Amino acid sequence: MGYNSIVCVKQVPDTKQITGQAMKSDGTVNRAALPAIFNPEDLNALESALEARDRHGGTVTVLTMGLPSACDVLRDALCRGADHAVLVTDRRCAASDTLATSYILSCAVRKLNADVVFCGRQAIDGDTAQVGPQLAEKLGYTLVTYLEDFEFEGRTVRVRRNIGNGYEVVRSQLPALFTVVESANKPRPQALRKALKFKKALSPLEVNKIVTEQLPDADDNTKRSEAANRCQALAKQGLLITQWDLDDLEADLTWCGVTGSPTKVNRIQSIVLAGGDYKEFPPTDAGINQLIYELVEDHTIG
Amino acid sequence: MIDMNRNGEVWVFAEQEAGQLSDVPLELLSKGRELADTLNVPLAAVILGNNIAKLSEKLIQHGADCVYLADSPVLEHYQPASYATLICDLITEYKPQICLFGATAIGRDLAPTVASSMKCGLTADCTDLQIGNHTDPLTKKVTENLLQQIRPAFGGNIIATIVNPERWPQMATVREGVMRMSVADPSRKGDVVAVTVNIDPTTLPTQVLESKRRPKKVNLKGARIIVAGGAGVGSRDNFRLIWDLANILGGAVGGSRAAVDLGYVDHDHQVGQTGTTVRPALYICAGISGAVQHRAGMQESAKILAINIDKDAPIFGVAHYGVVGDLNEVIPKLIKTIRSGASLEEAVTGTAQND
Repeated sequence: MGYNSIVCVKQVPDTKQITGQAMKSDGTVNRAALPAIFNPEDLNALESALEARDRHGGTVTVLTMGLPSACDVLRDALCRGADHAVLVTDRRCAASDTLATSYILSCAVRKLNADVVFCGRQAIDGDTAQVGPQLAEKLGYTLVTYLEDFEFEGRTVRVRRNIGNGYEVVRSQLPALFTVVESANKPRPQALRKALKFKKALSPLEVNKIVTEQLPDADDNTKRSEAANRCQALAKQGLLITQWDLDDLEADLTWCGVTGSPTKVNRIQSIVLAGGDYKEFPPTDAGINQLIYELVEDHTIG
Repeated sequence: MIDMNRNGEVWVFAEQEAGQLSDVPLELLSKGRELADTLNVPLAAVILGNNIAKLSEKLIQHGADCVYLADSPVLEHYQPASYATLICDLITEYKPQICLFGATAIGRDLAPTVASSMKCGLTADCTDLQIGNHTDPLTKKVTENLLQQIRPAFGGNIIATIVNPERWPQMATVREGVMRMSVADPSRKGDVVAVTVNIDPTTLPTQVLESKRRPKKVNLKGARIIVAGGAGVGSRDNFRLIWDLANILGGAVGGSRAAVDLGYVDHDHQVGQTGTTVRPALYICAGISGAVQHRAGMQESAKILAINIDKDAPIFGVAHYGVVGDLNEVIPKLIKTIRSGASLEEAVTGTAQND
């Protein structure tokens, strides 16, 4: 008797790669210039779920809300061992803050049904760490943040939490939602056999796009039936990524997207540094001597 | 959510551990005092725990007009189920307009749970809070006197100001050290409101079996001199240079987030928006390019010395002194010069020195 897990993952711009080129001349961020990656702590969340399945059986479903291109992280998760992948994509999700995002994800989790939900502690693009706790609240699941180690005991789970300046061991009732920290584990790499198979997994949107590219002159009906056939064939091999929009989730639109987001942007300032307004010392012995002399002179050191 | 309540108080969640207040709630009270005075409303602290009544006085001395005190054995250990439920009940009853939380392990667990339950907005890790107006970009409707929640975003390339114009309370978390703590005023008077706690411990979904906390390894906030290294240091071994320079200056060692992520130095040493905010007399940073999140945590230092090989590194924009050069050459020179300077001084004052 295993535990069914859902792992919430996010495709994020690699904020560590931000350089001058990633900024447009108007001061906004050029997202296209940044590589999109699997949010690092979501990989730890996935690893925890896979470990749970290794020990107890059950299933691992990866869930993401995002652009159609977010299928890249779902494929990656399938190649590492996840059983199912679900993409929630809908234009009406755009501009969702953490509250709206957690509402939309809660609709998807309810539809899937799970004993446990694993989330990364936080995503590197916003660093808010809010979606996990908010999703737990929406679902009414027991929230256990900063998971470092865990062990199921029937319908409870014993968790070691990393609270920064120490740790805490708790026993919590299922269903539960965990946010997983980086120190929890070392994510397994893609398995070669799985990678060969699941790199071919596609979402219906991606199938449509391929059909349109391959049959540019066909009429809409032909394209549609060709796409449907291909999706069916993929589904038979377990290679069709489940794709839902907000209608599939029967989501209440007042809690989604812009209308569902209480936080509004008041102002965005790009960072333009004046620069050059400091006293420069050459990296020579004489320069360093002079620098230390000045620091001693104004009683900053010494 | 609650309706907009212009007479609502400003609230600060006063986190305590084992009957001890940390600095964050006191820092938040001094910012909260400023916000409450601007809005002309009272400032209140909300404190939950077991045997903590004695802490009320300290909260009042640090600026609270009123303390909501929930004191019960069932609140001995934090868990979202008990703490968030109680706070949501209090918010529903008293309708504060602003609720501030420390961005601590507890605050980052509690605040989103409360915000989700209240269906209101929450901004994480603010570096500043102000009262100001908001114009809706579509309807041009102006809402006055909102909490402007200011934080770096998107890898630090932008500073975003966030508001919650309609669904209140307006909630934000703030990291330790970001706000300046005011001096306690023992003559301040305030009210203590005892909160009735009706929680059956057997209904709670989590039991705390064990809790171990260790003091921080480094006291960055109290250091007069900090020497910090970034990704440019290159390795954990090479971080020895940073330690050596800090040791000879009697300073503490700091690191950028990149240095912490790369494993060069432990998280306790992290300076910046998601680490500690510092204001030392001298901040020396080597191999730190100066992302806004890092600058947010150190730019109020009295003197900043930046050492970087890239003359265009943003860190020079906040520096008072700069050395454009390889830190592997510059730091040993600094150490050598400081050492010889110390010997020189000792020689002048007649102290025997043979080092």
